[in-house]
Amino acid sequence: MAQVRLQNITKQFDGVTAVEDINLDIADREFMILLGPSGCGKSTLLRIIAGLEDPTEGEVYIGDTMVNNVMPKQRDVAMVFQSYALYPHKSVQDNIEFPLKVRKVPKAQRAAAAIEAATSLGLGEYLDRKPGALSGGQRQRVALARAIVRNPAVFCMDEPLSNLDAKLRGETRAELIALHRRLNSTFVYVTHDQVEAMTMGTRIAVMSRGHLEQIGTPQEVYDKPSSVFVAQFVGMPPMNILPAGSLETGTHLVGVRPEHLRISPDQPLSLQVQLVEQLGHEVHITGSVGDRRVVIRQDSAAVMPAVGSVVQVGAAENGRHRFDAVTEQRIAE
Amino acid sequence: MKRNRRDSGLAALMLVPSGVILLLFVVYPLIKAVWLGQQRCGVTKCTNNGFDQYLDAFRSNEFQDALIVTAKYALITVPIGLVLGVALAVLADKYMRGVGIFRTIFSSTVATSVAVASVMWFFLLNPNVGVLSEWIGGIAKTPGLLQDPRSALWAVSASSIWANLGFTFIVVTAGLQGVPKDLYESAYVDGAGGFSRFTNVTLPMISPTLLFATVVLTTRAFQSFGEVDLLTEGGPLGKTTTLTYLAYGSGLPTSNDDGLRATVSVLLFAVLLALALVQFRGLEKRVHYGN
Ligand SMILES: Nc1ncnc2c1ncn2[C@@H]1O[C@H](COP(=O)(O)OP(=O)(O)OP(=O)(O)O)[C@@H](O)[C@H]1O
Ligand SMILES: [Mg+2]
Repeated sequence: MAQVRLQNITKQFDGVTAVEDINLDIADREFMILLGPSGCGKSTLLRIIAGLEDPTEGEVYIGDTMVNNVMPKQRDVAMVFQSYALYPHKSVQDNIEFPLKVRKVPKAQRAAAAIEAATSLGLGEYLDRKPGALSGGQRQRVALARAIVRNPAVFCMDEPLSNLDAKLRGETRAELIALHRRLNSTFVYVTHDQVEAMTMGTRIAVMSRGHLEQIGTPQEVYDKPSSVFVAQFVGMPPMNILPAGSLETGTHLVGVRPEHLRISPDQPLSLQVQLVEQLGHEVHITGSVGDRRVVIRQDSAAVMPAVGSVVQVGAAENGRHRFDAVTEQRIAE
Repeated sequence: MKRNRRDSGLAALMLVPSGVILLLFVVYPLIKAVWLGQQRCGVTKCTNNGFDQYLDAFRSNEFQDALIVTAKYALITVPIGLVLGVALAVLADKYMRGVGIFRTIFSSTVATSVAVASVMWFFLLNPNVGVLSEWIGGIAKTPGLLQDPRSALWAVSASSIWANLGFTFIVVTAGLQGVPKDLYESAYVDGAGGFSRFTNVTLPMISPTLLFATVVLTTRAFQSFGEVDLLTEGGPLGKTTTLTYLAYGSGLPTSNDDGLRATVSVLLFAVLLALALVQFRGLEKRVHYGN
C-alpha cells in the first residue's frame, strides 16, 4: 500500500517560503497531478515526497510510515527528472540497471529486469547505445524504464514531457496512462500543462504561490473551479471573468467559459469584436466588454461576426460561475 | 576566382607576422637544438660528433639513471597530487559551497613560484630547524630527509606535490561545477550512497578534466628543475638527478658541455612527446566527453 500523505507541509529556502501549510492525501494507485504556474512550488513538493528536500515544517507519510527522517533509498520512491538525468557514460542497459545495481541485485537478474523494462517501452534495440545517441523521446523512455525497473511504490515525475515536441507529447501522454494502469502504483506527476493534467490525472491538485488552491478530479476542477485563479488556469482559452454588475446585479464576479458564451441579439452584454481566429474545428472570437477582454468559442459552422462590429453576448444560468469580488473564491450555490 | 586569389594573397600577408614569430622562436631553436645535440662542446667551440651521439647518450648510465629517477618522481607526484587535488576539490564543493576562503586557500599555491615553494620546503625539511623533521622525529633528524638517499626523492616530491596542488584543485573544481546536479539527485533517489555516487557520477563526469590534469602534471614532473636545483642539487648520490637536472644542472658530466646538454634536452622532448601520446591514446577510451 502506498498512499502518500502530506500534513501541514511548509518549506522555506533561506527565509523564502516555497510552499506553505500543504495538506494533501494521495490515495494508493492514484495518478495525482500537481498543477500550477512556474514557481508555485510543485517541484519543491515533489522533491519533499522523494526525500530530496526536507520540509521546514510538517510531516510526510508514505504508506503508514512517517518518512521525514527516512532516506530516499528506503522510501521506495522513483523519480523521473525533467532533464531525464541519464548517466551519459553508461549504456542504456546500464542506466536502467543502475538502481538494481546499487541494491546489489545479482547481475543476471538485474539484466533480465532491465531488458524487460526496456522492451516494454520499445527500447529493446537500443540497449547498447549511450544516451547521447538517442532522440529526446527515447531518452525520456530510458528515464521511465529506469524508474519502472525498481518496481517502486510511488513514482514521482517532474515535467517529464516538457522537452518533447507536441506530437510526441500527445503520444507519450497516452502511454503514461497505460503504464499507470499496467503498473498499478501511485503516480505523483508535476506539470504546468493543463492538458496533461486534464487527460492523465485521476485527481488534480492546483497550486498557486505555494498554496493548494483546489484538489479534485479533472471534471470537478473544470466544472466547479474553487477560485478565479483555478478558473483561469484550467481550460483553454481561459474562463472569462466579467465585471461585477454586468451580467448579474450584485458585487460578485461572474465567470463564463468561452464555450458557454452565446451570441444573439437578445443577450444583455455588448461586445466589440477585435479578433476572429479560425482554428479549423472551432473559432475564437476575441473582443472587449467594458475594459475586460472576453473570448468566445464557437463551432466553425456558426455565423461569424465581422471585426469591428458590436454583437450582443450572454450566458445561460448553468454556464455561470460566481466568485467573491474581494477573495476571488467561489460562492457556493 | 580572381578575387579568391587576391584574398588568399592578403591572407598569406596577414599570416606573415605570426609565421615569423613561430619560425624565429619555435622552429629555429628546435632545429638548432637538434643540431647542437650531435656536437660536443668545450668552453669556446663545438665540434660535430654525428647523430649517433643521441643513441650513445640514451644508452649511457647517466641518462638511464636520470630517466628512472624522473619516472619515479612522476609516479610519486602525479597520482598523489591528483588524489589530493580531487579530494580537496570534492570536499570544498560538497561541504564548503560558497565559502570562498577555502577556495582561495587551496588554490593559493598556484600563485606561489617554484623558488618560494622550494625555499619554504627547504626550511620545513631542514634537520635542525625544520618543523616537519621535528614531527617525523628521530629518523628524520640525521642526516635529514633531503640529505638521506632513501628519502630525498620523496622529500622533493612533497614540495612539488604541494606546489601543484592549487592547479589540480582549480581544474578539478571547475570540472565539478560542470556536473549536473540532477545526476547526483537521481542516483541518490535510486539508492546510491556517497561512494557509489562518486564512482558512478563524479569520476566519469570529470574524466576529461582528470585526463587533462594527468597530462599536465606528468609533463610538469618531467620538466621540473627548480625544486631539484634548490632543494638537493640532484643529490644525494644522484638520487634526485632528473632529466632536466641532467640537462641544466651543475656538477655533472654534462655540465660543461652544451652539446651534451642539448642532446639530453632533445631526448627529454622525445620522451615527453611519446608519453603525452600514450596518455591520450590509452586514457582516451576511458574518458567520456559529454554528448
Ligand atoms: N534550492 C532553492 N533555494 C532557494 N529557493 C528555491 C530553491 N528551490 C526552489 N526555490 C524557490 O521556491 C519556489 C518554488 O520553486 P519550485 O521549483 O518548487 O517551483 P515550480 O512550481 O516547480 O516551478 P517550475 O514550473 O518553474 O519548475 C520558487 O520561488 C523558487 O525560487
Ligand atoms: Mg519545477
